[in-house]
Amino acid sequence: MTAADPARQAQPAHSPSPGEVASRAAEVRRNWLLSTPALTLLFLAASGPLLVVILYSVLTPGEYSGVVWELSGDAWYRVILHRDIFDDTVSLADAHLRIFWRSAKLSLLTTFVALIIGFPTAYFVATRPPQQRTLWLFLITIPFWTNLLIRTFAIMEVIRNEGIVNSTLMSLGVIEAPIQLLYTDTAVLIGMVYVYLPLMVLPLYASMERLDFRLVEAAYDLYATRLQVLRRVIIPLVKPGIIAGSILVFIPSLGAYVTPRVLGGGKNMMLGNLIELQFGQGRNWPLGAALSLTLLVIVMIALLVYVRNVSRSESRG
Amino acid sequence: MAEHARHRPFSVRRIPGFTAIASLCFVLLYAPIITLVIYSFNDGESVALWEGFSWRWYESAWDNIQVQEATVRSLVIATLASGIATVVATMAAIGTTRTGAFPGRLAIYAIINQPLMVPEIVTAVALLIVFAMIKVATGYSGLAYLVAAHAAFCVPFAYLPIRARLEGMDLAYETAAADLYATPWRTFRHVTLPLMAPGIVAGAMLAFVVSLDDVVITEFVKSAGQDTLPTYMLGQLRRAVTPEVNAISTALLAVTVLLVSAFFVLSRQRR
Amino acid sequence: MSWKLGGALSALVLLASAGSGMAEGELNIYNWGNYTNPELIKKFEEAHKVKVTITDYDSNTTALTKVKAGGHGFDIVVPSANYVPIFVKEGLLLETRPDQMPNFKNVDKKWVDVSWDPGRHYTVPWQWGTTGVAVNTKAYAGDPNTSAIFLDPPKELVGQVNVVPEMADVMALTIMYAGGKPCTDDKDLLRKVRDILTAAKPKWRSMDYGMTEKLSNSDVVATVNWNGSTFRARLKNPTVVYGYPKEGYPVWMDSVAVLADAKNVENAKLFQNFIMDPENAALISAFARYANGIAGSDKFMPEEMKTAPEIVVPEAYKAAGTFLPTCPKATQDLYTAIWTELQK
Repeated sequence: MTAADPARQAQPAHSPSPGEVASRAAEVRRNWLLSTPALTLLFLAASGPLLVVILYSVLTPGEYSGVVWELSGDAWYRVILHRDIFDDTVSLADAHLRIFWRSAKLSLLTTFVALIIGFPTAYFVATRPPQQRTLWLFLITIPFWTNLLIRTFAIMEVIRNEGIVNSTLMSLGVIEAPIQLLYTDTAVLIGMVYVYLPLMVLPLYASMERLDFRLVEAAYDLYATRLQVLRRVIIPLVKPGIIAGSILVFIPSLGAYVTPRVLGGGKNMMLGNLIELQFGQGRNWPLGAALSLTLLVIVMIALLVYVRNVSRSESRG
Repeated sequence: MAEHARHRPFSVRRIPGFTAIASLCFVLLYAPIITLVIYSFNDGESVALWEGFSWRWYESAWDNIQVQEATVRSLVIATLASGIATVVATMAAIGTTRTGAFPGRLAIYAIINQPLMVPEIVTAVALLIVFAMIKVATGYSGLAYLVAAHAAFCVPFAYLPIRARLEGMDLAYETAAADLYATPWRTFRHVTLPLMAPGIVAGAMLAFVVSLDDVVITEFVKSAGQDTLPTYMLGQLRRAVTPEVNAISTALLAVTVLLVSAFFVLSRQRR
Repeated sequence: MSWKLGGALSALVLLASAGSGMAEGELNIYNWGNYTNPELIKKFEEAHKVKVTITDYDSNTTALTKVKAGGHGFDIVVPSANYVPIFVKEGLLLETRPDQMPNFKNVDKKWVDVSWDPGRHYTVPWQWGTTGVAVNTKAYAGDPNTSAIFLDPPKELVGQVNVVPEMADVMALTIMYAGGKPCTDDKDLLRKVRDILTAAKPKWRSMDYGMTEKLSNSDVVATVNWNGSTFRARLKNPTVVYGYPKEGYPVWMDSVAVLADAKNVENAKLFQNFIMDPENAALISAFARYANGIAGSDKFMPEEMKTAPEIVVPEAYKAAGTFLPTCPKATQDLYTAIWTELQK
């Protein structure tokens, strides 16, 4: 919601006239109409089929994957509670909680680092002369024309003990022995940031590109320091881009598993692995379905709270 | 911030350190790509153990019809899917920004972003079940399923940058155009659309890249003979990944770079 | 530039559809990735005037799930031994009676009456192998023929070991190490299994695939691994040896079956018969580096495979190998729970 938000400005002032009501209704209709193609597509090929998942989460797992048409609450029970397979004691599903927490932590960190690197990069691109900008954007996306797996392998090649990073540092005499990067948390973080960087840079660029530098100039005229300009002028102006970028990085990294597995050595599960295990080797589709619905609900609540708060705190205009 | 008055003329656009971080970012982006390119010339069968220079993987990729078809198929799907996703996302973005809260706005927002919120494997299984029913019922099992699935999960990736661009975009230009008796369509075509363009370009690029990268959903939706480059690679993961895929990726990069530079040289000359 | 884009697009679409042109006959094979020798396919296409399309999968579960959902268009699938009974029970396979095909006489007798397809009414052998351990003798010179390499690593290997994240194989190896049988649901034994695994995990470095090259370049010096992969690593790095755990190790075989809803049944049957020819079977092995089940194919095999200790199981360790059965659901749940606990 922005300064140019007619409804908000109009709301408390007066009760609307009949004409206003009619044009408002027309506008709502237009908005829905414009959103219909996207909603239809999503309903056909994303959200609609997901209804199947809701159904599956309350059925009984089939003997060999799939489901049997018999209602059961077992999957939901097992998302939260864990019955010990040896002594039948019931406790909180601490394995699930830990895996969830590990994924959440990694995603937050990834988002943060991607923002730290992505913000200046997007700013750099957005301040190039207009005819060069698309070229710079292409330069950012071109590495991603190669596929995720091969990119992850390439990162592995760069950071392994005999890789470029270590051999360069060693020949420069910075370090004596190679630093063990591969199969550490740092490696996973590097890989995740690398993989998701364009998801941060492109939305940031999209909103920085229209940055009105007269405002920045005005701030300098009022003796603002560079840091103040950045904090008080630029960041608030490009906030929509920061929000979009953070969402695009944070949520997909919650379900990521290729990168953590290849670079982190895969000793510890991520949420993505846990869910995949249930649909694959674990042959327990209902539990997989229940776990992913739990994730969906948590993310959706977090997202709505986030968007609401950001919209509310937006005080421009 | 004492140094800003040094030799360089003061620029309101410059923020100290940003250019350095950006340059570092570009170096980091390309470091793995360079190793990828180097290993495409490896004489050995490994993507991590250098055994001398050779063209063998280019020859092998040239002879490997399966991998070529997979590459072309990936590009076709990514082009179609990102095209569709960008168009519908642009429309939805116009419909959901710069107007007041209206009934269902949050719901639209949630549905559009829904593909982001569910791990891919879940969408994949759901799509498999539903699409398989349609495939059996209609007897059609062509590429359309993959294009539809890709277009759907690309929507949020196209939508968010466009929306970010639109948010707070000044209404004044459009009002001015309308005041000058421009029809709504002409206003959109000549005022709104150009203003939105950077967001649309960013969104389309993201959608394209995301589609090109997808493994899990493709793996479950594809029918016979519909391998894409990523699913072809996934099949190799458990055994051994050979530099053949590096060769394909390098060739793809080379073509992209050529096209992009040609495009820029041409547009430079016209100017 | 929109017309340019349109032109490029239609060219792409043309290219994509060119590959799927109709031939006289067709055959759609659904197989593990990087597992099918292109030479074998070319030979089959020329011999029978059939256009073959290969599509890859990465795991038995993916293959099963997709085939079960239907509408896939595949004619042939290549499941592992422990998945064949599932395919059969779910009614997904066509009873093609390979045992009555002309080339069946070439099938090695020991692969005829197999537990997952007695008498071979559905499937034809593709390749078989074992899951054991691989050790670089530079790092550890002791006896590699034990699961202790990863379950109770010797000092030299602590912190160096890799374990492939393949639940069925790792659980089976550990259960046999603890003195049980694969698919056991004996709680006392499973408790021991869990304790062994939890105690061993801190001594592992990673749980990852792709060991052929990591063994070749000595990134990894000890790992759970498949025999064919170890064989290929040894050709690059002679200090790598393959160990057959004496406590017991899994043997697996992938078999070629025709799907119940196949559209090109006759071509699929031709293919089944085709690969039972020793010369053709040797082509399969030459590519993926695993043994096949066809007698007399050795003489067409590459020289280095005929005597490779990774491919030809030494007499002393033959008895320790077992085929993994298909575990019942309840047992599977126990294993998943232990596996999740291990990686939490």
